[in-house]
Amino acid sequence: MSARITFATAARVLRQLRHDRRTVALLIVVPALLLALLYFMYDGAGGTFDRIALIMLGVFPFVIMFLVTSIAMLRERTTGTLERLLTTPLGKIDLLFGYGLAFGLAAAVQGAVATGAAYWLLGLETRGSAGLVVLIAVVNAVLGVALGLFCSAFARTEFQAVQFLPVVVVPQLLLCGLFVARGQMAGWLEGISDALPLTYAVDALAQVGVSADPTTTMWRDLVIVAGATVVALVLAAATLRRRTP
Amino acid sequence: MDNAIEVRDLVVERGRRRVLHGITCTIPRGSVTGLLGPSGSGKTTLIRAIVGVQFVRSGAVTVLGRPAGSAPLRRELGYVTQAPSVYADLSVRENARYFATLLGLHAAEADRAIADVGLSGARHQLVGNLSGGQRSRASLACAMIGEPKLLVLDEPTVGQDPVLRADLWGRFHELADAGTTLLVSSHVMDEAGRCDRLLLIREGRLIGDDTPAAIRASAGTDDLEEAFLRLIREQEKVAA
Repeated sequence: MSARITFATAARVLRQLRHDRRTVALLIVVPALLLALLYFMYDGAGGTFDRIALIMLGVFPFVIMFLVTSIAMLRERTTGTLERLLTTPLGKIDLLFGYGLAFGLAAAVQGAVATGAAYWLLGLETRGSAGLVVLIAVVNAVLGVALGLFCSAFARTEFQAVQFLPVVVVPQLLLCGLFVARGQMAGWLEGISDALPLTYAVDALAQVGVSADPTTTMWRDLVIVAGATVVALVLAAATLRRRTP
Repeated sequence: MDNAIEVRDLVVERGRRRVLHGITCTIPRGSVTGLLGPSGSGKTTLIRAIVGVQFVRSGAVTVLGRPAGSAPLRRELGYVTQAPSVYADLSVRENARYFATLLGLHAAEADRAIADVGLSGARHQLVGNLSGGQRSRASLACAMIGEPKLLVLDEPTVGQDPVLRADLWGRFHELADAGTTLLVSSHVMDEAGRCDRLLLIREGRLIGDDTPAAIRASAGTDDLEEAFLRLIREQEKVAA
């Protein structure tokens, strides 16, 4: 692994993004707009908006970065740039970390804008600090990037790649405790929920909602999400083969 | 070591189909070798085996004295795939500079490679907005950065203007004179005459491996297209 190559790769991915202004605009504006939609949906029920908006601040970057990354990586595979990169001194880890870094930075901007809008424009209130919300959002985004890198290996076309959203992301969303409290789920569902990383991300955000200082549970949750990210990156590295049939 | 590439009894299968049936050949250093054959004959598979991205069934490929695909070779080899493998959403220069950085080279080297393929005027354009020929030259530029010891080019001159094509072949020979080994595949016979050596491949078998002059002489014709045809007929007679 080489820091020079990793940073060059991250810079290259960000440059690609910069040339695509519409994507940048969508990345930055859409989460804030969706939060505004939630605000008007729960008009007058301040507590419900606070609870759901907080969780959505973590969910949006996860979903969006998963989608963006799986398509970006699929393009590397289908246009032949991946095959070419693997004949250069670039290491697999350089490529994966480069992507993680680039989209992690994009997620930080996205998270800061969405969080700023939620607190200042939409009156979101939490006991804990907004900075922690942004931190959790970025870690979630990087989890999305890592899963996207991994899943792109199993798709041959863009049509297939977007189908991984309902397969990988939606179950995590349904079982994370947002729709039905985890304690009220059937035992086997709760067991599955325990094994899904998004559950811990949502729990970490809930902790920020209820306590003024970062709790041990929140840090534990965040470490679990980060651990899941590393596992997904290792799995993604295993799918990058220099030799193919 | 006089040979840049040595291929011995190379057998490659893709799926259940045998694509290369025991190919043996050598490619001398500092030469331009043409890999000629119809589409589907196994040119790209042989090239992929040489750059070390192809699973091989059996046989050995040695490149610059090392097994194909080994890590130290990745700094010494430039590879252009058949479809231009550059980023469509980056400018020509951003592409070239990225590939230069991977090799630890400076931006100036990237700019020189862009000039070498005649794209200086289009260096700020996005690759996605270029014509097909320009796009493949952008891809070629990225492989030529830093003058690698071995350049493997899979059909690099398809769709190029005849004048540019002549320029590119001139550049290939300059590189070869400076010590670079080039392996250039093509399905266009009029390019065969520009090579120092030719490998003729058909249905995964090597049917000719010599200089263009020797191939012309042995087939008894000046026309390489015709010579290729006669070699095929001869082989078929032997097989029958």
